[in-house]
This record gives sequence, C-alpha cells and structure tokens, in this order.
Amino acid sequence: MARKRIVTARINGCEQSFLCEPRQTLLEVLRDELGMTGTKEGCSNGNCGACTVALNGRPVVSCLVLAVECDGTEIQTVEGLADKERLAPLQQCFLEQAALQCGICTPGFLVSASCLLKENAEPTEEEIRFYLAGNLCRCTGYDKIVKAVQAAAAAD
Amino acid sequence: MPELPVAWKPQAENVVFGKEVSRIDGVDKATGFAKYSADINTPGTLHGKLLQSPYAHARIKAIDVEAARKVPGVKAVYVFPDRAPRTNEETGEPIYFEIEHEGQPIAAVAAETSGQADDGLRAIKVVYEPLEFFVDEFHLPRAVELGRARPIRAAQQGDLEGAFKAAAHTITGMYGIQTISHMCLEPHGSHCEFTDGDHLTAHLSTQNVSGTPGQFASPLGLDAAKVHVSCDYMGGGFGSKFAADEWDIACAAMARDAQRPVKLMLDRATELNIPGSRPSAFAEITVAADADGKLVAWDSHHWGTSGPQGGTVAPTVMPYVFEPKNRRTRATGIVTNRGPDRAWRAPNHPQACALTQTAIDDLAAAIGVDPYDLFLKNLDLTWSATSRNPADKDIYAAELEIAAKLMDWKAKWHPRGEAGDGPVKTGLGLALHTWGGAAGRGTCTVAIHPDGTVETFSGTQDLGTGTRTALAVILAESFGLPYEKIKVHIGSSKYPMSGPSGGSTTIGGVSGPHRRAALKALGRIYDLVAAKHSVDAGTLTAANEQILSAGKPVCTWAEACSLLGPMKVEFQGEGPANDGLTSAQVGGVQMAEVAVDVETGVTKVVRYVAVQDIGTIVCREQAKSQVLGAMIMTIAYALSEERIMDNATGRFVNADLQHYKLPRIGDIGELIVEFYEPESQYKKGVIGLGEPPVISGGAAISNAVANAVGQRIPVLPLTPKRILDSLRS
Repeated sequence: MARKRIVTARINGCEQSFLCEPRQTLLEVLRDELGMTGTKEGCSNGNCGACTVALNGRPVVSCLVLAVECDGTEIQTVEGLADKERLAPLQQCFLEQAALQCGICTPGFLVSASCLLKENAEPTEEEIRFYLAGNLCRCTGYDKIVKAVQAAAAAD
Repeated sequence: MPELPVAWKPQAENVVFGKEVSRIDGVDKATGFAKYSADINTPGTLHGKLLQSPYAHARIKAIDVEAARKVPGVKAVYVFPDRAPRTNEETGEPIYFEIEHEGQPIAAVAAETSGQADDGLRAIKVVYEPLEFFVDEFHLPRAVELGRARPIRAAQQGDLEGAFKAAAHTITGMYGIQTISHMCLEPHGSHCEFTDGDHLTAHLSTQNVSGTPGQFASPLGLDAAKVHVSCDYMGGGFGSKFAADEWDIACAAMARDAQRPVKLMLDRATELNIPGSRPSAFAEITVAADADGKLVAWDSHHWGTSGPQGGTVAPTVMPYVFEPKNRRTRATGIVTNRGPDRAWRAPNHPQACALTQTAIDDLAAAIGVDPYDLFLKNLDLTWSATSRNPADKDIYAAELEIAAKLMDWKAKWHPRGEAGDGPVKTGLGLALHTWGGAAGRGTCTVAIHPDGTVETFSGTQDLGTGTRTALAVILAESFGLPYEKIKVHIGSSKYPMSGPSGGSTTIGGVSGPHRRAALKALGRIYDLVAAKHSVDAGTLTAANEQILSAGKPVCTWAEACSLLGPMKVEFQGEGPANDGLTSAQVGGVQMAEVAVDVETGVTKVVRYVAVQDIGTIVCREQAKSQVLGAMIMTIAYALSEERIMDNATGRFVNADLQHYKLPRIGDIGELIVEFYEPESQYKKGVIGLGEPPVISGGAAISNAVANAVGQRIPVLPLTPKRILDSLRS
C-alpha cells in the first residue's frame, strides 16, 4: 500500500488536514474519513452527479477527484450551504417547491445549483437545465427542481 | 361520550389535510443530515464487497477462499450458500452450483479498506465450467428450439372466429417493451453490526422494515427478536427492496465473524444488474372493430422473460383495461440467463398497457378516426363494465375530457402521419390505466404527553414518497395542531408492525390506523374536557391548538392534555378496516405531445399531461410529486431506458449510468399533473398513488410518436435507432 499523504483543504470554511491514501477519491475521504455523509455516492464513475461538491467554486463529481489533488483547495459540500441555523435561500426554495423526494440526488443538485447561481445570478430556464444536466434524479420529476432554482434566483 | 364516528373531517374544515405542505424531513434531506444505510459509519466499520460470476451460465467446479483470508486487512470471507461443490450423500456424486446469470454473487469479503476488500476478492480462486446460455428475450423461435419457452396460459372467450369475420376493421401488429432495471439511486445494501454478542442491528435500505428481521434471523440462526432493522431514510425502491437479500445476509454473517460492523452496498453496475428488473414483453396482436369503431375481437400472444424463472407479463392483464367480448390471450415465458425480475411499480400493468393500447391506437389509425373518439366510444368495455371493479367508465370519460382540454387535443390532433413536410414531426397520443391501491396492514401507537406533545410510532418506512409527512398531517388535522409539531417515528422494526410498501398500499395502510388512533385519543380528551369545563362532549372540536365547544374556545390543547394525568397516554391504531377511511381502485388518463426529428430519430416529449383520480388526498404536494416522478420514469422507459444484453457473452453491456440512458433535467418537456377530484373522490377514502401514474404513459408516448411519424415504432424504448430503422424499413 502506498504511503498515506497529508492533505490540507478548507472544507466548508474550516481548514482541515487529513490523511489519505493516494488512491482514495475525495468522495471516499469526505464520507469515510471525515464523516461528511451528506455527499452521496450514486455511481462512482461520474455519471449521476449525486456526489457533486464545489471545488474552488466549480462543481465537480467528487468520485472522480483524488483526495490528494485537493491540497490547498476550497471545498464546499451540502453541509456547508446553510448558514449555521439558517437554510440558504436555495435550500429553502427546494423545500417550498417540493423539489425533493427520496433525497439521494438532492445534495448534488443543491451544490450544482448553488455554483450556477454564483456564476449566473439570473439564469434562464434553459441555462438551469443545461447546468444541471450532470445531476440525475430518478423519482422527483425534475420540474420542481427547475422551479426551485428559479425561485432562489428570484429571491436573491 | 359515545365513540367519535370514524371518518375524515368534512373536506371544507380541513386546515392541512389534503393541502400543500412542505415535507417534515425536508430540512434533513436538504442539509445532508438525513442518514441513509450507506451513511452509517459506526467506529470500525469494514468495507464489504461481492465476488460475482462473470458468466451468464456456468457450474462452479471449485472455490478456494483461503488466500483471501490472508490478504492484509481482510477480516471476514463469506461463501454464499451452496456455491461450494458438495457431495450427494446417497450417490457420492458431486453437486455443483449452477450460476444462472452474470453477476450472481458467489462470495464476499469484508476488509479494513475498500482497496483491501478488492485485493481480497482478487485472491479468491473460482473454477467455472461455462455452460450454454441464452439472453435473447425477443427471439421466441430460438427459445422454443432450445426448450426454453414455457407456455403459460391460453384463455378464450366468445366467438373469436365469427367476430373477426364479421368485423369491419382488423389490424395485426407486433408490439414490444424491453426489460428495464429498477435503478434505485440509493443502491441495495446494509450496514450490519452485532452488539451484546448476538443482537443484530441492520441498517437496511428496505421497503419492508417490519417484515425483514425474520429474514435475517432465519439464515443466521438467530431469534427474530434479536434483530433490529432500521431504515430512517431510503433512496427509492420501486418494488425491488422487500427482502433482506442474500448479500445482506452475507454482510451480517461477516459482521458476526469479524466481530466488527460491516457495510455492504451494491455498486452501480451490480445495482443495475441483480436486484431487480421489470420483465420484457413482446406480442403479436390482432384486434378488430365494427363499422362504428366498437372493439369486437382481440387475439394476442405475448412472450418475454423475467430471467431464470422464465415468467412473462401476467396474461390476466391482457388485453389491458379494454376487453372486447370475443377474445383470446396466450402467453409464453422464456427462461433466460439474465438478472432476475422483481416487482416494478405496478407489476405487469405498464407492459400490458404498452402492448394493448398501442394496438388499439393502430386500429383507430386504420379506421381513420381520432383515437380519443375511439377510446371514448369503448369505455363500456373497460374493466369497470366487466365487473372487475376498477375505475368507473364515467370517470375515464371525465378524465379524458380534462386531459384533452389541458392538451388542447382537438385543436392539435391530426390524422396519423399528417404532421407536415418539415423534418420535425409533432404528434399526440393517449392511453389510460387502472390500479387497486387498497390499504395494506398497519398498526401504530400514538402517544400524547401531558404537555400536549404528540408523537407516533409506526414500523412503516418512507421511500421518499412522503409517508412521514402524511402521518404528521393526519395527526395534526385530527388534533388541530401545526403539523410541524408532530413527532413521527418510523423506519424501525421495534415500532408497531406496518406492512411492506408495495402496490400503492402504504398511504392507506398508515393513514387509517393513525386516524383511528387519533379519534380514540380525541374521544378521551373530549370526555376529560367536558367533565372539567362542564360542557357537552358532543359539541367539542380541536382546532388552532385549542379545544372548542360549538366553535368557542374552552381550553388550550396543552391544558386539555394535562387532564390525561402525569404520564403520557398511548392510543393504538390498526388497519385496514372497512370503515370508509380507505378505499381502492383508481384510474387515470395520460396524453403526450411529442416532436420527432425524422432525420436524427430523436424524440422530445413536448408536453405530457397526467390526469389521475386517487380518492382522498392526504398531502397534495407529495401526491403531485409522485405523479411527476412517475412521468419521468415513464419518459425513461418510453424513449431511452433498457437493459441491453449481449447475445455473444450473455452479459448486460450497458450496466452503467453513461450507457443505461435515463432522461436528464433537459430531456423533460412540460409536465402537467391534474387530479380528478370532485366531492365524490374525497368521500371515497384514501388510496395509494405510487403505481398508477407510471402505467399508461409508455403507450401514450408511443401513440404520439406513431401519430407524428406516420407509422408504429413497435418496440419501446423508442430510441433514435429504432425510429430510423423503422422509418427506413
């Protein structure tokens, strides 16, 4: 087994150092080493988007990012979207618009959508659908997710 | 006072029941705090992984797992029952396990890290004797030749020959719908941990919390009372998660061997392959109508496969909903070496609908009439009219009218193939469906504390549908409380038994017992308040966190509950019961508008309308979400989703989410959901909704594509290749 490496990253605003094997993905480290299970494993080959996190502000599928690549980076996960006791407007809109059912895809959609709204505060419906095309949902129907993102954009 | 009458409140008096509310577990799901089975990481949890057969059909001649036990980090190795060769005690002959499909589990390993578990699997030596396999579920003649075809049933009624002879219009066609997987976004699996020596806690992703402890206990030789199954949250099941599966037993066995917790969740390829599929169905159909467009005769032979069991779609649902008086139905199951089937949302119905109502649409096209009119004309032949009790034909007629308005059907419809000269052709299609949705078994304990706190305990589960929220709404409406204040405890086998969530039985199964328990509690509280405040108990109601007499406040809810005494009081609810709280049998109509590019074969659903009756609505927003979710699953199996088996290797070649094509957020057109809900529906009682909206959309979309391109594309999903191949043939 290759020697473990020390990686230091700012995760949800807090600088953290962790030990990881070179083969471990960011997803594995978040879930198994740091206990941050809000980020979900859906397919482990980059096709479902359930594990999406923001890496230096850009959405990435954390199953395809090696943890050792994250040294010195800024990472935001679903756990970091709310401001302490207050939900982010985007989360609030997901609840109000009933944009979630089983909830497995929800963290990935939320992180992707929050990256979108930071890049583009007033996205069109088409831009929302294009940006969120990497996130797969099996049971919610998508429509309400689009409406939730639109509502969040309007609220900001 | 006498017992309160068992009924829902008059519809006009409801504050939250049947209204739009946010789900009570939404915050946990939107913040990442909701814990699913895969999120359980108790200290020392080992990584469990499966060794699976690369062959579709083979004998296991030898297994050697000793090297795996010595791999660094490996803490337990498990060989699935009967996989290792044995000897027949009477004859002395060896007995070899026969692998029936690719991916069948053979052994499992639990190790400190995921990588070490992989190393352990690689160290296991298996000697296979590959056998002849068959995975071509469409090729009936070849299946017959190989002895893999099993005639299932032939049923005939009326004078078929005479009816066809006398008919004014007859069409014959071939139709089909391919096998799909359940594809739960949260895969099957569990986290198993033993405590106090022989007490097992299994965090299992399951639709059957109350029913699975015994399934763990028996193979592990435990008392069922020592098994606790927990499922706080789960990511979909769609009919595939009723059991403690053999890989869950492996997980628990390894946890016991290693004296460490083990987590074993299926990886995506395995999730697509082995824990469930919906059987394919193909059919040759001849259907006839008289000069007025009345269906007079039906003859069908359908076949398909459920995998190694060799089943196919139940012939009892053919023809689907419409039953001409003269009819014959034949069915043949094919034994294939393909992952086995499990109940998939509305078992048999989506396939039967996709076969039947496309053929009827073709008949309408052959006659040259609008299928809307032909469907309407034949509603007296629906199952309601033949005493099988589903949705009343008048409801179908009303739903057709509502759907047509939402679709603007009459203005948009054109005769088949007359979609203009451009490369993008638009078309309309419709179909209709029915489902039971009767209440399942359920019990609950509703506890009321002296401070007014209300909590409920029920061994049901929330698949994502909103069961937890529904229970809060029912109790809140009953007690006049904010629904957010109700504490709902579900997802544990330690709670009062509740039935499995399948066949749309859950909402009826849990809502009846909760309303009954709430009415018992209210009766007790009203008596106490009446005695204390010298009012007539018969005048009391609960609303706005108060108890009112003839509309005037008497005391607060908390004050009323303090009269119960110093300790909480529990009220039990049971069901189902024939008291009108729940009911069964619904119907629905779906219409699709599509745009097909005949140069590329790409189909877009432009607008998709679902009109559905469901009796009494508990949570409107969650009910709507159920329909919307069903609509995207339908678009998936209608346009892109299918298992593709390789006839040369017997393997499932697109078992990943890049190639197992599901619609993305940009692939969905406008979705319109409308509940058919005159007053009579509210009075009908609560009925499940999970299955019905996923049934008829496949036929509706296929019919819309036929209307657009001018011919039937016979087999779903209607991929660009199938469309182009059909148009060129």
